Amino acid sequence: MNTRLLATAMAFALAAVPAAAQQKVKIGFLNTATGPQAAIGQDFRRSADLAVEHLGGKMGDLAIEMIYEDDGFKPDVGKQKTEKMIESDKVNFLTGYLWSNILLASYKPAIDSETYIISANAGPSQIAGEQCSPYFFSTSWQNDQTPMAMGEVLNQKGVKKLYVIAPNYPAGRDMVAGVKRTYKGEVIGEDMTKWPDQLDFAAELSKAKAAKADAIFTFFPGAHGVQFITQYAQAGLKDTVPLYTTYTIDALSLPLIKDLALGIPGTQFWVNDLPNEANKKFVGDFKKKYGTYPSFYGAQAYDAIMLIDSAVRAVKGDLKNKAAIGAALKKAEFNSVRGSYKYGNNNFPIQNFYLQTVVKDAEGMLTLKNEGAVLKDHQDTYAAKCPMK
Amino acid sequence: MRVTPRLVVYGLFMLALAMVPTLAQVLAEPFLVTLFTRMIILAVAAVSLNLILGYGGMVSFGHAVYLGIGGYTVGILAEHGTTNGFVQWPLAIGISALYATVVGAICLRTRGVYFIMITLAFAQLVYFVGVGLYAYGGDDGLTIYTRSDFAGLIRMSHKPSFYYLCFAILCIEILIIHRIVHSRFGLVIRASKSNDRRANAIGIPTFRYRLAAFVIAGSFCGLAGAMLATQADYISPAVMHWTRSGDLIVSVVLGGMGSLFGPAVGTIVFLLLEEVLSSLTEYWQLVFGPMLLLLVLFAKRGIDGLLPGGDRG
Amino acid sequence: MLLLIEQSLNGLQFGLLLFLLAAGLTLVFGIMDLVNLAHGSLYMMGAYFAATFITWTDSFVLGAVLALGAAFLLGVAIELVAVRTLYARDHLDHVLATFGLLLFFNELVRLVWGPAGRTIQLPGILNTSVELLPGLSYPTYRLVVILVGGLVAFGLYWLVARTRTGMRIRAGASDREMVGALGIDIRKLYTLVFGLGAVLAALAGIMAAPITTVSIGMGERILIVAFVVIVIGGIGSIRGAFVAALMVGMIDTVGRAFLPEILRGFMSVPAANTLAPALASMLVYILMALILFLRPQGLFPARSG
Repeated sequence: MNTRLLATAMAFALAAVPAAAQQKVKIGFLNTATGPQAAIGQDFRRSADLAVEHLGGKMGDLAIEMIYEDDGFKPDVGKQKTEKMIESDKVNFLTGYLWSNILLASYKPAIDSETYIISANAGPSQIAGEQCSPYFFSTSWQNDQTPMAMGEVLNQKGVKKLYVIAPNYPAGRDMVAGVKRTYKGEVIGEDMTKWPDQLDFAAELSKAKAAKADAIFTFFPGAHGVQFITQYAQAGLKDTVPLYTTYTIDALSLPLIKDLALGIPGTQFWVNDLPNEANKKFVGDFKKKYGTYPSFYGAQAYDAIMLIDSAVRAVKGDLKNKAAIGAALKKAEFNSVRGSYKYGNNNFPIQNFYLQTVVKDAEGMLTLKNEGAVLKDHQDTYAAKCPMK
Repeated sequence: MRVTPRLVVYGLFMLALAMVPTLAQVLAEPFLVTLFTRMIILAVAAVSLNLILGYGGMVSFGHAVYLGIGGYTVGILAEHGTTNGFVQWPLAIGISALYATVVGAICLRTRGVYFIMITLAFAQLVYFVGVGLYAYGGDDGLTIYTRSDFAGLIRMSHKPSFYYLCFAILCIEILIIHRIVHSRFGLVIRASKSNDRRANAIGIPTFRYRLAAFVIAGSFCGLAGAMLATQADYISPAVMHWTRSGDLIVSVVLGGMGSLFGPAVGTIVFLLLEEVLSSLTEYWQLVFGPMLLLLVLFAKRGIDGLLPGGDRG
Repeated sequence: MLLLIEQSLNGLQFGLLLFLLAAGLTLVFGIMDLVNLAHGSLYMMGAYFAATFITWTDSFVLGAVLALGAAFLLGVAIELVAVRTLYARDHLDHVLATFGLLLFFNELVRLVWGPAGRTIQLPGILNTSVELLPGLSYPTYRLVVILVGGLVAFGLYWLVARTRTGMRIRAGASDREMVGALGIDIRKLYTLVFGLGAVLAALAGIMAAPITTVSIGMGERILIVAFVVIVIGGIGSIRGAFVAALMVGMIDTVGRAFLPEILRGFMSVPAANTLAPALASMLVYILMALILFLRPQGLFPARSG
């Protein structure tokens, strides 16, 4: 639910409220609250709420006002909500943004209005490269990085022949390109599936089996990951052709995949059990409050709020001083749940990537376990194309 | 056109639309202009659909495709450095017309539910072409970094100016459709809606007329696509999704099929309803779904049918 | 060769699943002349019911049977409350009203079951694969889907062609006034047929659930393809739906499986990799446009005019 009514025709009837003197920091959070992807949105928002709670509802002396908007998984709606938050709510920061297409649609109005936009998930290569901007920051990653880490893992495991199955949309293609960057063996087959309509992967799994691959690499986010792994297990491949994944198994999909996920490795910039204080507090309180483990989407949203907090406090609440805010954001001086990180020239994090695997915790609940860093202080490849220094 | 109470209501409605930028300034709510620009653009699309759906009885379930065709024409040209609006927009209309001619020639051979389904199938086809346009962003869509330029005549990036451009296009479109409907051509279209066989029997080759109407509707919607892409500085396959075609049909029926202003009113009411309901509850479709059902059952002629007086149009 | 057989089985399985969904759709259309976009919602509801009942009863079969019963009741309820009033209306009204129902059910599911979706755990024995030929093993559950789909197809044929109810159904399809005049309660027959359609949709949903999981909007994705099937087959024709479902299932699967290799034969590998998935997703629609171009009434027109 929204914190206030939208400026619509209702505004005709209502007297206009003049922008009050700046007593609070307004954060616009674009989320996907309806439609098939709402489950991710729920985790995303819960984590942002938790961050606000941990901050006691304040950033320095300023009260936090969160404005949640739903993009309905449609780029043009997301763009319109972004403009509404900029023009009508006059937010100081924009964050959220789950999907590349919605971020790309919203990017120009945000940058043109010089509103800081902190993407807590989407990180398309255009924005990491040529179209980078001082008003954009990411608390996630660029698509290439995680599969590049997986490529290294495949080399270490001695996989000679790899079969690749991924959905045919830009992120899927980025994942495939990423793994090929570091994987040194031979890619013997590559199938791009129809997105998001295709839920049955029988044809692709049959081909992978017939090709006698050493391993399968895959990327299927959200509900598709559940389907893929279930069908992979049903096809009897789990004992013969090991599966390596990125963004396929997470805290949201684990309760659905259940034991079929045990032992399937993935790579990630953050894992539930990373041993730092901020993370212990985040994961512990999240689990206490909602009864489940947070997902990496949640970790990114939590970090986005904390990053904004660090900047607001650094400028002592002077939200007019945009240059100082930008400089403070760039320092990333806050306790990230992934451990400290630096920003590269394109304002994407330079960070570690870990190998994770699925295990059962003390209570028998499925969770992800960190198996050590694969890439350290890794910067994405598109940074070189970004003209910013 | 006789002056009826209904016409007065529509006149006031158009006047209110003309006042939006002024009102936005008075209320210090610049977002109103943004919001209403998008509504007016979608109204252009709905009014174009009304020509074939309302007057011609052709239930096209793939009308949103033209939004994509028009939008991608502008986007792809801009990507290659052609930002001249006098090239972009006519081309958007032309390609839409071409597509409508080819697809219409195939689809109009079928009738009734087959027509609904084949227009849907073609829409899906083009949707997947959009998803497969990997060079132009594929599913991620294409950001348009430079707006169309009409030799400096209109400040496209100035929001009120762009709003008035869109509003003027809507007015011209309504005027043209009025002329079409009341011409001999329009008579044939309407005759073929009520009884195509009889119209054919008395020697009118209705197929040609229906195809022409299909192409005109497609061209206007293609123009709306060019406008939408310009307003959003962005185009993606999502605007061509089949539910978007459904939204357009809902707008037309809500406003009143076969009424000149109805679809424009319908679009704006539909989008406002969506905004208001979705701001009240996350579960707004739980309310909206049954509302559609009630609309069909009890208010078949839409908002237009609820207005007082006068014959239609 | 083994791969070809395996892919054919995949196509057959997908085709039969499509048939289950399309049969209900075409039955309802053929008899009541109703375009039902909410058919996909019944598919979804069947799967959600099954997910819940299977958890309660701890038995796949029992849960599925209960879910079918629930779907029948739901279908009857929808017919009595909403759909009944639509028969006298035109197709546009059907599209709009059932579009409204579709939105309603999606939100209802989100409210009741939450946004996250469900999975249906198969009994261990079904979660493996069996060796059909030396070197060709195939998932057991998919064989079950093929079996069930085949049985239902046969059952429907028998019902429509050989039983008294079937006779009434056929009579109702060809001349509704006459059937009414002969003293058959046509309203009751319509309710029954709609309920039967709901059961078929739910059965498709339940059969698909262990493979594709249970989620909001699962119905819409497959519904469009089911519409393609009934249009290709000729709306109202069960036989047409069966033939068209198998055609679509095969073409979709075979296209996905072999198109990249075929294209690589006469173009560069990156170009083929770009074109193949796009082309594969369009094949079904191209097929439909082609068939309607040649035969505007579909392959087996159920009635003329």
